[in-house]
Formats: sequence, C-alpha cells, structure tokens
Amino acid sequence: MDLKAPHSMGTTIIGVTYNGGVVLGADSRTSTGMYIANRASDKITQLTDNVYICRSGSAANSQIVSDHVRYFLHQHTIQLGQPATVKVAANLVRLISYNNKNMLETGLIVGGWDKYEGGKIYAIPLGGTIIKQPFAIGGSGSGYLYGFFDQAWKEKMTKDEAEQLVVKAVSLAMARDGASGGVVRTVIINSDGVIGNFYPGDGLPLWHEELESHNSLLDILNASGPEPMNI
Amino acid sequence: MSKSAVDVPPMGGFNFDLCRRNDMLAKKGVNPPSFRKTGTTIVGIVFQDGIILGADTRATEGPIVCDKNCEKIHYMAPNIYCCGAGTAADTEAVTDMVSSQLQLHRYHTGRESRVITALTLLKKHLFNYQGYVSAALVLGGVDCTGPHLHTIYPHGSTDTLPFATMGSGSLAAMAIFESKYREGLNRDEGIKLVCEAICSGVFNDLGSGSNVDVCVITKGHKEYLRNHMLPNPRTYISSRGYTFPKKTEVLITKITPLKDKEVVIEGGDAMEE
Repeated sequence: MDLKAPHSMGTTIIGVTYNGGVVLGADSRTSTGMYIANRASDKITQLTDNVYICRSGSAANSQIVSDHVRYFLHQHTIQLGQPATVKVAANLVRLISYNNKNMLETGLIVGGWDKYEGGKIYAIPLGGTIIKQPFAIGGSGSGYLYGFFDQAWKEKMTKDEAEQLVVKAVSLAMARDGASGGVVRTVIINSDGVIGNFYPGDGLPLWHEELESHNSLLDILNASGPEPMNI
Repeated sequence: MSKSAVDVPPMGGFNFDLCRRNDMLAKKGVNPPSFRKTGTTIVGIVFQDGIILGADTRATEGPIVCDKNCEKIHYMAPNIYCCGAGTAADTEAVTDMVSSQLQLHRYHTGRESRVITALTLLKKHLFNYQGYVSAALVLGGVDCTGPHLHTIYPHGSTDTLPFATMGSGSLAAMAIFESKYREGLNRDEGIKLVCEAICSGVFNDLGSGSNVDVCVITKGHKEYLRNHMLPNPRTYISSRGYTFPKKTEVLITKITPLKDKEVVIEGGDAMEE
C-alpha cells in the first residue's frame, strides 16, 4: 500500500438545477491508493457567497484551483461592485483548467445562483471544456449514474425533490463504487441563500444486497464504558 | 500476461507476475534493492481545551535506526506546532522556513499567528514542488478563532479533521483513534489516547519506535512533553548491568599552559562624528 501516492478523491459529485436554484451533492471519501485518508471530507467548496464548486480527481490540484478561483473572484466582486455571476466563476475555473491541462488532473462542477440567470450548473471535466447543463455528474462514481439520471431526471423539480434525487443518486453510486463512500453532503443555493446538509452514511437507504448494520462501531462508541470481553 | 477484455484494477496482496524474472536476475548476480521505509507515527487530536499532538522518536536510514530519540514535533509559532513524517530533511526545512515566514508576518501584523496562515504557506510550498518535497505534516494549534488540526500531504492537499494520523504507523494509530476517540476529552484522557495511538505505531510498525513525545496546546499556553513515555528501556542480560575495564593506561601526565595573550594597541584615528 503506497502511502506516498498522491491523494485522489475517487468521488461521486452531482449538480442539479431545480425550479429556483441548484442543489450540489457529493460523497466524502478521499483515498491514497487503497487507504482512505479522510472518510469525512468536504468536497463542496465555496467560491463566493452564491457560487460553490464540487471537486473530484486529485485532491491537491482541485484545492489549489479552487483557492486561485476564489482569490480572483473576490477581486472581481470588489471591482464589479456586485456578486459575481455563476457564468464568470465557471469560466475562471475553465481558464485555469484548460491552460494548465498538462499538469492538472481534476474534474469540477460549478453551481450557483445569480439574479440574471437564476440557478445554473456548469461542468468542467478533465481537459478544460465548459458545458452548461441542467444537471451534471462527475467523479469515478458517476459512471454508475448515467442511466439512473436519464430515467429519473425531470425539468422543474421542487427543492425537496431535487435534494432527494441528489441524495439517492450519491448513495446509489456509493453502494457500487469502491472509491466513493462515507457521508453525503449537499448544498442548496437559491435566491434566499445557501443551506448545507449532512446525511450520515448509516442513515442512507439500503440498496440491493445491502444489509442493516448490527453490532457496529457506532453502538460501541455510544456505550458508556468499555465492554467486558465474553469468553 | 494475458490481456483481459475488462481492465482489472490492481488488487491487494502479493503480485507474483515478476517472480520468474527476479529469479533469473538473482541467478545472474543482480540483487533486488533492500526494503526501505521512511518510518514514523505522528498523530493529533482536538480535545475540549485545544490540541494534543504526538509523535514517536525513531529516525531510520534504510534498515538502520540512525537516531533513537529524534524530535518530530517542530515549533512553528508560540501557539502552533507541527509534526512531520517523510524525509527528515524535508520536514525540518519546510517547517523552519514557514516558521520564519510566520514570525515575519507576526512582526508585520502585530498579531498572534493563525493556524490557517501556516496551513496556506505550507500547502502552497508543497504544491509548487509537486510532491518532490516529501513532507507529510500534522499541523495543530490554537488561535483567536479556536483550535485547529490539519493534515498536509506531500502533493499539497490538506484535510481538516478532529483526529489525524500520518506516517507508516498511521494505520495502527488510526485504528486506536477510530475505536476510542470521542469529542470533549479532557487533558488526561487526551494525552492517554495519544500515547496509546503512538504506542500502537511503535509496537506494530517497523518504521516507528523508541519513545513518545507529546505536545499539548491550549489557549494562551503550551506544554511540550518531550519523552513523555519511554516504553523501550535499554535492558541488559545481567541485572547489574555491565562494567568495562578502563582501556588505555596512563603513562605520564604533563600540563602545558597556553601562551599569555599579548595586547597590541595601535595608534589609530579617533572616530569622527
């Protein structure tokens, strides 16, 4: 097991527009080879008050790209005098991704709400293309979700329907993709602001062949003292 | 090796594919390189009053222990300490460099350093060198915004966690944390947990060993407990220890005092205003 391998976030990331805003969702697993370096990472990072980014691929690269974009967007917001639009944020990400394509390995989904266009999702996969989409999926777990979204996606969902769709999709991908797991984090962005939610792994629905946990570590943690050993 | 229709990702366990080639090479006199480990177990936890960092004290050079009692918890700022795993030169150099930068920053701003400042400086440096500066760090400290604990990997990625382990003994130490960590530990419980985790690395990992260093950081106060635990005492077969006869015989003793210092006064010019 190579503890010096660069950290990659196997990941499942999703961005979905609904009637009035966007919902971003992600799992929480960061792996170094076969070891899970962080089982509760936050892959949805803030760029501005109204724009967030979902990161996948190399952990270091995606963190540095988001830091750079946050810095430029902050300056841009000051110069503009009003909140940045999602389109500008996504294009800044795209410029960095495309111009450094030989050195970066990161797939990103930018989502947010602004007063001109409303809720918008932009996908910026590996080479640095930018694609505006009503919903976007990314990361190693997304392979298991293309068919699911073709069938389950519909236009003009409500906020709750969209969030439930995202949580269901991430949990389906976590069930099948070894590099995705942990908890599900969602961020809902609309005209009222930003709400972040957290769904612990043991609260997610169980899919085919998944069993309920018994005698799990969580029971031991909640117990008052160390359990005596039974012969 | 046959090519399969589906790409199978590398599995755990031993891969026997190259054994025949290795045998052939060994017969020709080409021996495989010996096993290298960088060693170390470093940990950090957030407890109710702040941060506790822990580290083992073994430094290895290939299969040899070159330092049985080295210091792996480095000073960054009065309220921030950093444990380092990986190449010792890299961790020393990078923590010294950022510690100087933090001091300059303190002079500029007139304020106590923040952990996030140290984090950003370290992360930027490590990312610029694309993982070639082999320093894996556990950074912890308490500043005006509260206690913070971060891990920094050689490629520049960072994580913020309530408990963290790094180094070759990280899996052994993480096993202890995953079963025994809870929020709101007090100081004694926290130190005990950190010692247990480091001991787990010391006894179960070949690259970690010797003693346990602990550093407790709270608001406005820090305690560096060097060699808090010494679970590997030097033992002799004979309970009385060993006494060795003096080796060299003294033949003559002659003391020669050094020459007196001579004072030379030159008729120099007086300094002008």
